[in-house]
Amino acid sequence: MGDSSSPAEARWRQLNTRRRRPLEWLAERVIFAVSLSAIVMVFLIFLFVAKESLPVFTGGVDSALVQPVRPVEDFDRLSRAELQAYLGLSDAEFARKDDETLRLLMEVKAEAQDEIPAEFREDKDARLNTAQWRYLLLPYQWTGYDAPAFIWQPISLIHKYNIVPLFIGSLKATLVALVFAVPLSVAAAIYVSQLAHPRLKEWLKPAIEMLAGIPSVVAGFFALIVMATVLEAPISAVAGWLGLPSSRLNALVAGLALGFAIIPVVFSIAEDALTSVPRSYVQGALALGASKWKAAWQIVLPAALPGVFAAVILGFGRAIGETMIVLMASGNASIVSWNIFDSTRTITATIAAELAEAVFGGHHYRMLFMLGTLLFIVTFASNFLADLVIHRLKARLEGRA
Amino acid sequence: MTPRASLREAGFRRAGVDHASLLGGGVTLAATAGILAILIVILAVIVVNGAPSLSWRFITTSTARDMFDPDKAGVFPMLVGTSARVILMTLFVVPVGVITAIYLSEYARAASPLTRIIRGAVNNLAGVPSIVFGLFGLGFFIGFIGGTLDELAQGPAAEPRWGKPGILWASLTLAVMTLPVVIVATEESLRAIAPGLREASLALGATKFETVTRVVLPQALPGILTGGILAVSRAAGEVAPILFTGAAYYMATLPGSLTDQFMDLGYHVFVLSTQSPNIDQTKPILFATVLVLLLLTFSLNFVAILIRARIRRSQRAAH
Repeated sequence: MGDSSSPAEARWRQLNTRRRRPLEWLAERVIFAVSLSAIVMVFLIFLFVAKESLPVFTGGVDSALVQPVRPVEDFDRLSRAELQAYLGLSDAEFARKDDETLRLLMEVKAEAQDEIPAEFREDKDARLNTAQWRYLLLPYQWTGYDAPAFIWQPISLIHKYNIVPLFIGSLKATLVALVFAVPLSVAAAIYVSQLAHPRLKEWLKPAIEMLAGIPSVVAGFFALIVMATVLEAPISAVAGWLGLPSSRLNALVAGLALGFAIIPVVFSIAEDALTSVPRSYVQGALALGASKWKAAWQIVLPAALPGVFAAVILGFGRAIGETMIVLMASGNASIVSWNIFDSTRTITATIAAELAEAVFGGHHYRMLFMLGTLLFIVTFASNFLADLVIHRLKARLEGRA
Repeated sequence: MTPRASLREAGFRRAGVDHASLLGGGVTLAATAGILAILIVILAVIVVNGAPSLSWRFITTSTARDMFDPDKAGVFPMLVGTSARVILMTLFVVPVGVITAIYLSEYARAASPLTRIIRGAVNNLAGVPSIVFGLFGLGFFIGFIGGTLDELAQGPAAEPRWGKPGILWASLTLAVMTLPVVIVATEESLRAIAPGLREASLALGATKFETVTRVVLPQALPGILTGGILAVSRAAGEVAPILFTGAAYYMATLPGSLTDQFMDLGYHVFVLSTQSPNIDQTKPILFATVLVLLLLTFSLNFVAILIRARIRRSQRAAH
């Protein structure tokens, strides 16, 4: 049109251009930046837990009892790098210490080596770096043992760091929890989502989810003080009948209490998956004369099965990462045994019980962070898998894929 | 053949005479009842055993030194410690969680890869084991941030002030842990707001930002409140993340600054159950302490569930 000075047109343009508001623009940028916090946090968690355990993975940890000693007179003959490696200090710690302190540390180290009792000094295992992967994963015949064994015994003079007993302990308690909680939760989810009267459902769902409001330390307390006492006689009777040893605190008691903790998780996810199956599936089945139960069992459950599977995976992730319940109720003996009546020690309980005693930055400390890293990876993978399954299922049920 | 007969032939029976259906319904009903029974038994045992020892004196006494003595023990310092750490946590987690939820519900395009990554991160954060949060708090907040602060403030050799366990680090660790709780609850309440409200605001000439802050947010307040309460209730009972980041076995005084350690209700339950020299003598106060902790977390949970049920009803009405 050319005539850009027409008042009507200027008004039109004004209405069409966005009003520039720098403050709002800034605020919206801030909102965006803050929304990335969850990503940043997941990243930082992995970074900082893995960082402390990195030397274990790269072979930079030496946990041998007897180590070559350099006398303090060698102080000037050692290069700075040699000195740092000899004293086992991190860069930051090393930079922070003056020569006087470093000399003192050398003296302390030499004295500590002097104080090792002679019989241990002569031990064939005294010069082994027990933090190597072959000692972490494979059985080894330690001095005093009749056969190669998986031993986690970090607080002995010769540090034994085999993680197999801890993995078996974690898996054992988790499996007990799943076997107990999954059928119960899935059955309840079927009832609540498909069979219960809508009014009853509105009341049942939050009631079951109340179970999630019980803190894990309270579930652990309940298992330790109440359940272990009540179950002691029946468990020893059953174990005796089967010819198995048993103890008061064991994988069964801990696993049952773990089950309490994962019931609300499994129930919630499974119920959600069952509810997301379109009503038309059920209506079609009912119209063909199926009973409500048949529609639920033969139509809805198969359609929602991936969601139920995801619920089980999330339950697994929650159970294997649960700490206070197993710390209090499992008995904490790190033995290799698949007997559920035996006392058992899990990965999480080991970290919780031992980190306070571990020397900051020492091999025990790094080993516990390594366990934390493995735990993070396991739960990350199970979460990721469950997420993927649920996402696919919803897309399919809503006809998007 | 009548239609009904042919249906019957095809394997369908009339509801009511079908034994499989009766059995299925019965088993699933029993499972539901079983779960409720577990909940009720746990609560009943704790209330019955804890209530007799619960007294005003028990709650307001701070003779923590006699923590195993039923006649002298009190949980006042633990109540103060737990309350302080959850209040401090709320200050960090609520703003960050609410802003993230606003972005996800109001600004983000649902299908964009970034939105999916954020959602994935939130889900993953919710699944990280609590003990790993403890390790993270120790490595990141105490070791890295605290250590750096110490170095900046006083130079290398001095006694650490920030680089050791304290209530600030425990609260921050818990804030990271409860971030998903706040995000999910807030987002749910933002979604419950009728789209027409936003459209009306935009049609009247308000900018997107004005719509979000003056129309959407006030409507979402109950949901934000729910998220905050759920986070507090979850954090109040957590012990594993604070084992290495701030909880103390015994403190002679109440925490006076952000860098002090604190006594904690949940940790105290752990201490009483596992370290008591005479568990039978300690049992009454142990049950009473558990009851105090449960009253705290359950009453909060209950309020959150009530608010949430109301939001869900209004959501159904809006759509």
